[in-house]
Amino acid sequence: MDIVVRNLSKRFGNFQAIDNVSFAIPSGQLVALLGPSGSGKSTILRAIAGLETPDSGSIELVGEEATNLPTQQRGIGFVFQHFALFRHMTVRQNVAFGLEIQKLPKCEIQGRVEELLKLVQLTNFADRYPLQLSGGQRQRVALARALAPKPRVLMLDEPFGALDAKVRDELRVWLRRLHDESHVTSLFVTHDQQEAFEVCDQVVVLNHGKVEQIGPPQELYERPASPFVTEFLGQVNILRHETILGMNLHESRPLPLQIPGSTGGSIYVRPHDLEISREQNDLPGWPARIKRLTPLGWLARVELILPDGTPVHVQITQANSLELGLENGLNVFVRPRDLKIFDESNKAAAAMNYVI
Amino acid sequence: MKPPKPQLQNTMTWPQRFLIIAVLAWFGLLILGPAVALARRAFAPGVGAVFKALTDPDAIEALLLTAKITVVVTISNTIFGIAMAIVLVRQRFWGRRIVDGLLDLPFAVSPVIAGLMLIILYGPKSTIGSRLESFGFPIVYHLPGMILAGMFVTLPLVVRSVAPILEEIGSDQEDVASTLGADWWTTFHRITLPTIRWGVAYGAALVVARSLGEFGALLVVSGNIIGRTQTATLYVHDQIESFEPHGAYVMSIVLATVSFCILVGLETIQNSVRRREYAAEAKEDGQGPIRQMRRH
Repeated sequence: MDIVVRNLSKRFGNFQAIDNVSFAIPSGQLVALLGPSGSGKSTILRAIAGLETPDSGSIELVGEEATNLPTQQRGIGFVFQHFALFRHMTVRQNVAFGLEIQKLPKCEIQGRVEELLKLVQLTNFADRYPLQLSGGQRQRVALARALAPKPRVLMLDEPFGALDAKVRDELRVWLRRLHDESHVTSLFVTHDQQEAFEVCDQVVVLNHGKVEQIGPPQELYERPASPFVTEFLGQVNILRHETILGMNLHESRPLPLQIPGSTGGSIYVRPHDLEISREQNDLPGWPARIKRLTPLGWLARVELILPDGTPVHVQITQANSLELGLENGLNVFVRPRDLKIFDESNKAAAAMNYVI
Repeated sequence: MKPPKPQLQNTMTWPQRFLIIAVLAWFGLLILGPAVALARRAFAPGVGAVFKALTDPDAIEALLLTAKITVVVTISNTIFGIAMAIVLVRQRFWGRRIVDGLLDLPFAVSPVIAGLMLIILYGPKSTIGSRLESFGFPIVYHLPGMILAGMFVTLPLVVRSVAPILEEIGSDQEDVASTLGADWWTTFHRITLPTIRWGVAYGAALVVARSLGEFGALLVVSGNIIGRTQTATLYVHDQIESFEPHGAYVMSIVLATVSFCILVGLETIQNSVRRREYAAEAKEDGQGPIRQMRRH
């Protein structure tokens, strides 16, 4: 475990930025702190780097107690959203800065700088000043500068947030490749779930300064632990329990929708986990009417209305839609393949997952 | 490649032309006219007379005194101004807003009043002043008082030209430096200081110009003793009073020229460095236009 955070809390005035957060990050992994703005992810990152003093809790870096260690001695590479390049220094001087602080011999510094410039593909730009570079190039300089002193852990605070979409996509792929080569344990803050999924080995989902769930991206998507995680990671239909219970499901194979010890609760179904059929066959399904059919290239978005007026969004392939001959106003049956039930009266209770 | 300069279009509308003419006329009336009139008067009796006026012992004494005050005031207020800007922008403490507000007091009150405050606090009849004088360190009517007066009236200049830059760049660069292992001092002189250098230089240049030209506060605090506490501006005043205006003209030209040269020189250096660091050469993947560095 290269980064261990235990019971970390931080309050700014009346705002609880971090609320008793604990997690551990194994050596060599690239892990995302994912959450909406104000969820405390940047504050956690800054606390680990020593740029923010936590009110309570402890931080351990590469097996060493680091809670009270000054930033300078933590051996951290930090990349900021807005690059934070030293404007008055050339690219080469920026990258060399950390090495000069370590008072390494000149020739060694030169060698390492060249090596890093090659790594970030900026050899030809070594003598440019930051303002003469594009956004993507600037962020690569920031990364090279952070990696130059061989940090024990690398921290990236929304590193691609200030870049346009195309550059961002390229840099994500590039960062993942870079990490596969260098294996430096990295912590990556983002509010973009797509980015977290594409780049990271593990994701720590945060909300209101608390950890909601930790796990590999696909696992979080398939088995979210809370309504928040379900909603944050992609689109979802939220149906009231009563709505579904009162409906005409197939009598011989009812859906197991009873929540033990609870009458409330909501049912979460992703748009692509719903199947549409023209006739009620052997399987359980709900009657519904197509309100609006929108073909989107290879996908089609179907907006359905259940008999009690609840809207439901479904995603099917365009081929499937044509095969079924769907059109606006048509009465169909809709059947969930996979749904999640959360007991809202007891949020700590594990989510129930049904694969039908 | 130089950054393209915005070109005035040939198709100017009448209101635009009128505005340009009005601005030029205003500038000529208020600044250029008086400056030219002064220069003509100063040089009217010939170069020999100018030289003679400059080598007058009282004039030399006055210029030296002004130089002394200016050097001490500029150095101390530059150092203190940087510290104060950093504290006001980066630190949060009780009373910060009050300090920030009161900082402009030297601009808000007349320098004469500033001088008066100093006399009340440090004058020979005050507790502090008389005590200090008994130790052989008189303040008012001596050089220390004049330096204090100069520092008082120029206090906000460096702070006000540095603080907005600190505000704008934020603390990210300093944070990065500390993650790279730089201690406080290294971060300050390798990162912070180079970043705010133009603000510092501009503020310091204003302090020089202001100290050279300060009159009111010095008049009150100095006692205007010829050859001892008479500065260049007080000399100008005396020469006019004593109906020998030529000495005043020449001294004024000297003061104005020095201030002007410092400001123009600063602008020139700043522009050439900015061209080096901020000019766009090739924009590889077509990111948006480079943000212009704010002028301070």
